[in-house]
Amino acid sequence: MSGLRVLVGCKRVIDYAVKIRVRPDSLGVVTDGVKHSMNPFDENAIEEAVRMKQKKVVKEIVVASCGPSQSQETIRTALAMGADRGIHVEVPAGTDANLQPLAVAKIFSKLVEKEKPDLVILGKQAIDDDANQTTQLLAGMLDWPQGTMASVVNASDGSLTITREIDGGLEDISVSLPAVISADLRLNEPRYATLPNIMKAKKKKIEKMTPDKLGVDITPRLKILNVVDPPVRQAGDKVPDVTTLVEKLKEKGHL
Amino acid sequence: MIPVRQCLKLTPLCSQIRHGSRMFPQLKRGSFNRITDEDVNLFAGIVGQNGIKTEELDHYNTDWLNTVSGFTELVVSPKSVEEVAAVLRHCNGRRLAVVPQGGNTGLVGGSNPVFDEIVLSLERLNNISHIDPYAGIVECEAGVILQNLSDKVGEHGYTVPLDLGARGSCFIGGNLATHAGGLRVVRYGQLRGSVLGMRVVLPDGQILDGRSNMRKDNTGYDIKQLFIGSEGTLGVITDVSLLLPQTPVSVNMALFGCDSFDDVIKCYRLSRQCLGEIVSACEFMDSLCMTSVNDILGLASPLEDSHPFYYLVETSGMNMDHDMEKLETCIEKVFESGCATDGVMAASKDQARHMMSLRENIAPALKAVGFNYKYDVSLPIQHMYSLVEKIRNKMRKTEGAFSVGYGHLGDNNLHLNIITPQYCTQALSLIEPFVYEEVSRLKGSISAEHGMGLKKANYLRYSKDPSMIAMMRSLKDVFDPNGIMNPYKLLPWND
Repeated sequence: MSGLRVLVGCKRVIDYAVKIRVRPDSLGVVTDGVKHSMNPFDENAIEEAVRMKQKKVVKEIVVASCGPSQSQETIRTALAMGADRGIHVEVPAGTDANLQPLAVAKIFSKLVEKEKPDLVILGKQAIDDDANQTTQLLAGMLDWPQGTMASVVNASDGSLTITREIDGGLEDISVSLPAVISADLRLNEPRYATLPNIMKAKKKKIEKMTPDKLGVDITPRLKILNVVDPPVRQAGDKVPDVTTLVEKLKEKGHL
Repeated sequence: MIPVRQCLKLTPLCSQIRHGSRMFPQLKRGSFNRITDEDVNLFAGIVGQNGIKTEELDHYNTDWLNTVSGFTELVVSPKSVEEVAAVLRHCNGRRLAVVPQGGNTGLVGGSNPVFDEIVLSLERLNNISHIDPYAGIVECEAGVILQNLSDKVGEHGYTVPLDLGARGSCFIGGNLATHAGGLRVVRYGQLRGSVLGMRVVLPDGQILDGRSNMRKDNTGYDIKQLFIGSEGTLGVITDVSLLLPQTPVSVNMALFGCDSFDDVIKCYRLSRQCLGEIVSACEFMDSLCMTSVNDILGLASPLEDSHPFYYLVETSGMNMDHDMEKLETCIEKVFESGCATDGVMAASKDQARHMMSLRENIAPALKAVGFNYKYDVSLPIQHMYSLVEKIRNKMRKTEGAFSVGYGHLGDNNLHLNIITPQYCTQALSLIEPFVYEEVSRLKGSISAEHGMGLKKANYLRYSKDPSMIAMMRSLKDVFDPNGIMNPYKLLPWND
C-alpha cells in the first residue's frame, strides 16, 4: 500500500520547560512574553507521519494548527520536519485560550471533509489543558475507527496495527483506514528541524482559514472558574526513632 | 586517527591519581610546622566541633579529575568571616600551611593540598545576604554554590554573569579566586568586571573590608582586583557584591556542522555580524568530541551525519521576534556562503538544553575514557586548531592515545585534551613543554581560564615576562610573608 494522505494536527503551547505563573485574575496562566513551542505529543505525531512518508507509505502530509497568528511558527516547524503544506485556522489572540477540544474537533472534521485524508494523526493531549479529547471526539464525528495513545503504528493493506499504552500495559489493535490516531511519547524520537529544511520550509505553502469560513461555531461550552497554584509543600517532620515514628503515624490517623 | 571506541575501558581511579609530590618528585615540603592536637582543639574552639573534620578526607584531598591528591589530616570549615580570621591568625602564628577550598572543581590541582596543608573549606559560608532588585546587585558569602546563586537571583529576574559546567558544585568564592571564565564571557565580559566589592581575610588574620555596591568608584588603588585570580595564594575571599545582568526572555541555540576549522571561523564571523549584541555563547568542538559524548554518555547528535567540526551559537535577548529575525538572517547568510553544510536550531527549551549539554559534557565524557592531559590556552583564532593537529601528529605512535580540541571560540580559548589509557610519563614528555613552547611562540596564554594551580605553576614564564613574575613574588611577600597561603601554587617553585 502506498500513497496515503495524512492530516496531522499540532498546537502551539507554552514550552514545557517554562515555569508556569498563574494570572493575577486566577482565570488562567501568564502567556505574554513566555516561550512557546510545539506541543511535545504533536512532535511525535509529525515525526510518525514523516517516517511513514520516508517509508513511502504516505505520499502527502498536511499539517494543520488552530490558534493565533504565532501558530504559523509551529506550522513552519512541522514543515521543516518534513510536512508538505500547512493550514492555519486563525483564531483571534486572547480567545485561543478558550478554544476547547469540541471546537477543535469540529474544525478538524471540516478540514477532513475538505482534504479527504486517509489518516489523521493528532498528539495524545496538549500539555496546557491535558484534555486528551480531540482525537476521540473527531473519530466520533467522522464515524472513523480510532487508535489512541499509540506507541507503535504499522501500516499494511488498508489497515493499521497499533500498540496502545493503557493502564494495564499494552494493547494491540487493528483499525481499518480511514482512521484517527493519537501519538504517545514513546511512539518515536522526534527529529530536530535542520536549518536547510527550515529554509526550504519557508517556500512551502500555508493556507489561511478561519472557523467562520469553515462554518464552525467555536463558542466555548466549558467555563474556567478558577486557576490556582498547587498548595505549597509542607516541610516534613524528622523523628529520632521508630517508636516516635509509630506514635506520630497513629496521632495523624494513618495507623 | 584512533577511534574513541577502542579506548572505551573505564580505568580505575587508583591508577590515575598522582599524589602531588609524586607528580613532581623534585617538589619538597616547605618548612612549615605540623598540626598537633592542641591546634585541632584550638580550631574546634573557633569553629565548633561540627567545623572540624579529621576523617574521610578523600574528597578534600583529591581533585575532581582524580589526577592529584594530598595528605591533609584536617579540614576546618568556619561559618563567619571572624572565624576565618581567627583560624588564619593562628595558622600564621604557628606557621601552618593552609589551602582554601571551595567546590573543589578546579582543573589544575590548585585547590588540593600537596602535602599535609590544612584545608580551609568555605562550605559553611553560604549565605546570600541581600539582593537589590532595582540596581541588580547581589551580596553573598564565598561558599554559595553557583547554581544556588543563579536560582536565587533568578527569582528577581536577574542572572549571574558567569556560567560553567561545574555550576552545581563550584562556589562563587572559588570562581573569583580562580577568575573563572565559562560560557558567557563573550556576552558579559570577564568576571572581574562584574565585581563591585569584596571582603578578604589576609594570611595574618587581618580583615580587608572592600565591600561596596558602587557601580563606579575611582577612589584609590583597586586592591580587590589582585585577589581575583590569585588562586588563594594572597588571602581568603569571604564576601562579594556582584553586578547582575537581566535574565534574558528569549534564548535560542543553533548548531552548525562544518567541514574545516577555516569554515568554523567564517561561520563565527558571519554569526557575530548578524547577531551582534544578542550573542551569548560561541563554542566549537571537533568530531572526536561529538563521538565521545555520543558513545560514552549516550547523548545523541541532533544532526544526521557526523561532521569534522561543530559550531554552537546561543543568543539571549529581551524580545523573541527581534531575535528570531536576526537568527533567520544569520542562518540564510551561513548557508549561502557554504561555510556550514548542515545545522539545527532548537525548537524548544529542551532541545536547546540538549545541544548545550553536548558541549558541556565533553569533559566528563573524556574523563571516563582514560587519563586526561588537559590544556586550556588562548591563541590567535586562526591558529587555534593547528595546535591540536600538531599534537595529534606527535602522539600518533603512542598506543591508545587520541587528541581533541574544543572550546570558547568567542574568546579564542582552546581546550586541548590528550587522552591515554593510563598516565604515562613518556606521553607527558611528548606533550610538555611542546604545548607551552608553541603557545608562547604564538604569543598566547598557557592558561586562558583554568589558572596555574600546581600543575602549571612552573610554566609561568611561557606567558609572563620575568619582570612581571618578580613583581608577583614581591606582592606575595607583602601579603603572605610566612608563605602559608596555598604554597606550591601559581608562582613557580622550580623554574
